[in-house]
Amino acid sequence: MNLFGEALRWIGDGSHWGGPGGIDTRIVQHLWVTFAAVGIAAVLAIPLGVLIGHTGRGRLVVVALAGAVRAVPTLGLLTLLGLAIGIGVEAPLLALVALAFPSLLAGAYAGIEAADPGAVDAARAVGMSEWQVVTRVEVPLGASVLIGGIRAATLQVVATATLAAYISDTGLGRYLFSGLKSRDYAQMLAGALLVAALALLLDLLMAALQRASSPTQGKVPS
Amino acid sequence: MTRTRIGLVLISLVSLALTACGGGDSDPLSSGDKDGKAIVIGSQEYYSNEIVAEAYAQALEAADIEVERSFKIGQREAYLPEIESGKIDLFPEYTGPLLQVWEPDTKARLSDDVYAELVTAAKAKGLNVLDQSPAADQDSYVVTRAFAEKYGLSTIDDLKKVTEPMTFGANSEAEKRPNGPKGLKDTYGVSVKFTPIEDGGGPLTVKALKDNDIQLAIIYTGDPSIKKNDLVTLEDTKGLFLASNIVPIASDNVDDKAAGIINKVSAAMSTDDLVDLNARSIDEQLPAATIAKDWLDKEGLL
Repeated sequence: MNLFGEALRWIGDGSHWGGPGGIDTRIVQHLWVTFAAVGIAAVLAIPLGVLIGHTGRGRLVVVALAGAVRAVPTLGLLTLLGLAIGIGVEAPLLALVALAFPSLLAGAYAGIEAADPGAVDAARAVGMSEWQVVTRVEVPLGASVLIGGIRAATLQVVATATLAAYISDTGLGRYLFSGLKSRDYAQMLAGALLVAALALLLDLLMAALQRASSPTQGKVPS
Repeated sequence: MTRTRIGLVLISLVSLALTACGGGDSDPLSSGDKDGKAIVIGSQEYYSNEIVAEAYAQALEAADIEVERSFKIGQREAYLPEIESGKIDLFPEYTGPLLQVWEPDTKARLSDDVYAELVTAAKAKGLNVLDQSPAADQDSYVVTRAFAEKYGLSTIDDLKKVTEPMTFGANSEAEKRPNGPKGLKDTYGVSVKFTPIEDGGGPLTVKALKDNDIQLAIIYTGDPSIKKNDLVTLEDTKGLFLASNIVPIASDNVDDKAAGIINKVSAAMSTDDLVDLNARSIDEQLPAATIAKDWLDKEGLL
């Protein structure tokens, strides 16, 4: 418990705030990497997931592929990418995109598939185009599950973004690495606590968003 | 499945046979019967150290001196008591790290100072320190060949001639260590920026050097990757790093004749040789005995 207190004191120490290696800078970097990774992965995964959910085609292949990507250890992927494109934040960012991808994809296609088939048929019957069926019926009905995917991906990425510090001067992971090797465990635990707090905060925000998007609570036209 | 099983059976048979041979050659129980004449040689659980120990053993055997190999005894905590108690007669050690165990408060950093203090410290323990080898296995600053040639660099001090900003890449703890950016500034007056690369001077660090993302890294002088990647080790003239030359620690059971032979082996070995020996172990996966024999042959020590 003593160590825990030391870690909290470490966070509270004013000299650890401000400046290029300060806690505030590190938190901003950490969030930046997290949002960039989830954002890039979302641009790729969500349209693909919606397409699969809507057409029902290619589901097996893509799901198997996404499952395989889930099994790839992020640190190993990061090392491989680092060897290919060099040090800096790019390689960790790509590795985190790969980490976020499967959850986003699964959320998207599961959300679309979960839309009530009766509602989809009705939408077609009143003359909606396929595009309208997707955007006005399936996505709103599946939004809660889709956002659940984003929520899961964000949680994974914010916790794993510590790896950005493996080959770049970025994020809260810096405290973990330098604390670990120099046996400054107060600093290390402080880094871990900050990451955990950030993860909790983001998850709460996403949970609220997910609840607001639920069709039974929201303002989806019926 | 069946094939795997046959393979496993074969492997176990072969290892059984090997164990049997080993037991026949040097029965551990028989050592007590010898009148304390055989020189017991030890080595660390470190492939590079074992090659050096093997070189000692074969050089002594070539002069008809009886030796007994007691290799791979783990790390210093495990084997040092055995040396101090006289159960091991000869052991390849490293000057700086060993001195820091015996004299934790030592200020010596440079090779000759460290060696002189080590001799004194060993005397107090009733041990002899034979001549240290020029071969060193220690942390060192490295740059790429291209960068070294561009500014004519051969020592860390030469970094003052570099006119472009330099970034030093290493594990994050190096940022605060006395031999990191702060040491470079205080000891050599060289300013560098720092970026973390958490692979301990491994492939990512080498890649960053080659990409010119960083200009300076810390890699062990004995690491084969220095040669493989055509990196240049900068000489540490002011003792930023603790000198760590290979040095044989000997008991009184190692007589003058044996000591003379070992001293010749030490003198013949350079840091480049050490890198080559390590590279053969890593790249060709050869046993220590073969690597040591080839090297002794080449140096005309057999």
